[in-house]
Order: sequence, then structure tokens, then C-alpha cells
Amino acid sequence: MRSRRPFFRRHKSCPFSGPGAPKIDYKDTKLLQRFVSERGKIVPRRITAVSAKKQRELARAIKRARILALLPFVVD
Amino acid sequence: MPYYESVFIARPDISAAQVESMTEGFTSLVNENGGEVKKAEYWGLKSLAYRIKKSRKGHYSLLNLDAPPAAIKEMERNMLLNEDVLRFMTIRVDELEEEPSVVMRSRGSRDDRGRGDRGRRDDRPRRDDRPRRDDAAPTAEKPAEKPAEAPAAEKPAEEPAKTTPEGDAE
Repeated sequence: MRSRRPFFRRHKSCPFSGPGAPKIDYKDTKLLQRFVSERGKIVPRRITAVSAKKQRELARAIKRARILALLPFVVD
Repeated sequence: MPYYESVFIARPDISAAQVESMTEGFTSLVNENGGEVKKAEYWGLKSLAYRIKKSRKGHYSLLNLDAPPAAIKEMERNMLLNEDVLRFMTIRVDELEEEPSVVMRSRGSRDDRGRGDRGRRDDRPRRDDRPRRDDAAPTAEKPAEKPAEAPAAEKPAEEPAKTTPEGDAE
């Protein structure tokens, strides 16, 4: 019954914290791609459950990858 | 001396050998200015995510440097002047990677597209309460507590009929 609550959300943990977590690197396009929408926008952390600190790091990496044309600024 | 990582993209219509000689040129320039190139990688001809100076592809190269700022400045100035360089980016890093970078590692196993649908899953995740709408739809008529039981299902159906339907439904 509790799980039927409309606002219920299962706890998710940050994909970049804990052991075995990937390192955020602007060169790792495959990793960064997972945190970018189809339009090329950075996905907000309330969707991806990335911690605030890691989200800042991630955003910086994505922006660097965009400068090097590894990731697009916009997809249309 | 601080550590730097420098990536430059060369024009696609030059050969890989020419890119190598460019890399060597920048390396010797850094050496002259008292720096050292710890690692040089050539990532190959990759397609760009968008056009740069009318090119759709480019030769990517990475330089890991341990050099004084003056050497970086001089190298960047030369990259800016060089017509074959489409773009470059130099960033300071706390430590240099010893082993080959992710690009080189992933090039060994060529399955870039394998994770393609993974990114599509969260293509347009507007807001977090999105699933709520779908959840609320079947239980909209307020018997959220016991939707399965028959008497409970009947009661709310009657009530709105007698009193104001709008006010009760809300």
C-alpha cells in the first residue's frame, strides 16, 4: 500500500559515489552521453540522482567535451 | 611545474603522419621552453559533433604536459597561428594519467553504439513527478485507500451523484 503512494520514490544513490564508481572525465564520451538528453542538454540531477558535488564536476566535463566537439551543444 | 592536458583537433584533409609531425613540433616547442611532454596520443580521425571551420571531421591529438605556464602560452600561440589546427583546449590537471586515456582504451573494443539506447531512455525527462500523473489517473476518484474492494468503490460513485460532483472529486 505504501508503494502505491503517488509521491513515493525509491531511494537512488549517486552513480559516481562509492567503490567502483567511474571517474568523470571530459574525454569519456560514452559515460557523459548517459547524462545528456537527446537534445544534448545536461540532465538535471533530480533525474539522474548524481550528488551535487559530482553534478558540478559532470557539468564541467560535459562543457569541456562540447568545446572539443566530442558532444554537441544542440541536437536538432 | 604544473600539469596540463592539451587536446588539439587538426584539419581532416591532412594525413596522420602530418599530424604526428605537428605533435612533434609542439613537443619540441614545449621542450625549448623548459617543459616536458609526458605522453602524446593520437586518437585518429574522428567525426565532430558539430562543424568547426566547415569541417565535419578532425584528427584528435592529446598531449600530457609538465611545463611552465610560459611554455603553454607559447604552444597555444603557435596552435592559434597554425592553419591546420581547428581547435585546441588546454586544461590544468592535478595529476597526469599514466596509462592510455579512455579514448584509446575504448577504441580497442569498438562498441560505441552499444549504449546508444541507454542515453535515449532519459531523453526528455521534464520533471520528477511525471510518473505521478500515470499513477493518479486510475485512482483519481479519491478511493485511494481501497481501490479493489467493491463497497468502497461504490461509495464514492454515489456520493458525487448526490452532492456537488466537482467538489467531491477534488
